[in-house]
Amino acid sequence: MRHCLTPLDFTTQELDQLFDLAADIEKNPEKYAHACDGKKIATLFYEPSTRTRLSFEAAMMNLGGKALGFAGAAQSSAAKGESVADTIRVVSCFADIAAIRHNKEGAAYVASQFSNIPVINAGDGGHEHPTQTLLDMMTIRQLKGRLNHFTIGICGDLKFGRTVHSLVKTLARYDDIHFVFISPPELRVPDYITDLLDEKGYTYEECIKLEDVITKLDLLYMTRVQRERFFNEEDYVRLKDFYVLNKKLMRRAKNDMYVLHPLPRVNEISVEIDKDPRAAYFKQVQYGVYVRMALILTLLDIHVD
Amino acid sequence: MLNVGKIENGIVLDHIEAGKAMLIYHYLHLDREDYQVAIIKNARSNNMGRKDILKVECDPDTLSLDAVALIDPDITVNVIKGGEIVEKKKMTMPKQIVGVLKCHNPRCISSIEQELPHIFFLADPKRKIYRCRYCEEKYSAGEREKWFR
Repeated sequence: MRHCLTPLDFTTQELDQLFDLAADIEKNPEKYAHACDGKKIATLFYEPSTRTRLSFEAAMMNLGGKALGFAGAAQSSAAKGESVADTIRVVSCFADIAAIRHNKEGAAYVASQFSNIPVINAGDGGHEHPTQTLLDMMTIRQLKGRLNHFTIGICGDLKFGRTVHSLVKTLARYDDIHFVFISPPELRVPDYITDLLDEKGYTYEECIKLEDVITKLDLLYMTRVQRERFFNEEDYVRLKDFYVLNKKLMRRAKNDMYVLHPLPRVNEISVEIDKDPRAAYFKQVQYGVYVRMALILTLLDIHVD
Repeated sequence: MLNVGKIENGIVLDHIEAGKAMLIYHYLHLDREDYQVAIIKNARSNNMGRKDILKVECDPDTLSLDAVALIDPDITVNVIKGGEIVEKKKMTMPKQIVGVLKCHNPRCISSIEQELPHIFFLADPKRKIYRCRYCEEKYSAGEREKWFR
């Protein structure tokens, strides 16, 4: 039985197969409309979410299945003190696959150790968010036609941003990628990420000003400074609007430099660029559904001819 | 010169850095066991100048020595059976350690989940870095007292 706890649970060949499947689902949705008839996904969301939870539920419904679950810890038996281990043991009796989001790091791993059904990590604290990385990579592949040979700028909260850590670790398995880390000094990318890049021989640079580097980027991944990761409101207020991507900056960017964002965005991407053809952050959401559909089929070992 | 007799069956930990034997006694949880234990402190050593030695009379197969490898992998472990040394070994860093280190990351699931074993895996053998299995927080040898259970 397989789980999806980090993107590293899949080889690069398996990721290619997953993205090929997602692309086929996009082209031929009717072919997959009944692939999961009679199947159920349990969405166990101890932490608030809109996009991810709805995306998983939509994915299963698009495959002909159904969704059940809870959308906050207060609505679950966690409020009575039930452990993650016991919860997944119980849920395994009701559903065929589970997606779990929890504020504590490692919660999805614990669930996978006690589960009789495949577990997908839908985000565990500031640790991992593998399906976000999968959809980020699917988006890059669809827009650029490849997952190698480019310069990617990653901007914003690089310290607490789990999507950043997960994306860099996963991209660091493909050839010829140059990383440009753009952040305030307090939110620098952690050492274990740069250590990993050094070990694998990837080149990277770190800077503070986005305008200094935007002309060289093939992709720009913007992130929100996350209030929920700060212990101190003052620090958050000082850093939250450090970057604003606007028309003026976009005029300096390459014609085929795409802008991605894991959403929700606050002020870091101005609405004035939403209609720019290079703005890909809403396309990411759509690809997210296809990737999650492909992931559900893969983990349930369902093949559609 | 202090003399401590041979043990019949058990473990003798030799070449312990002088003054560290009590640490190993503590982290092996020997205070909770009924074993006969002898601690020799500051014994003379040709190679080390001074060393500690720890002798434990027990079934050698029941004593987990993962903590020894974490504290000092240069300690020599002598396995005694029938009054004779049957095996002499240097500890290697275990690939996984269960129940020895405690994760202190307040954001880790191990901080709230009942009866969850604390597991650390050897993430970087070259730099001897262990990480929590759940949250991947790094174990720091410099803060040993904080991390050992």
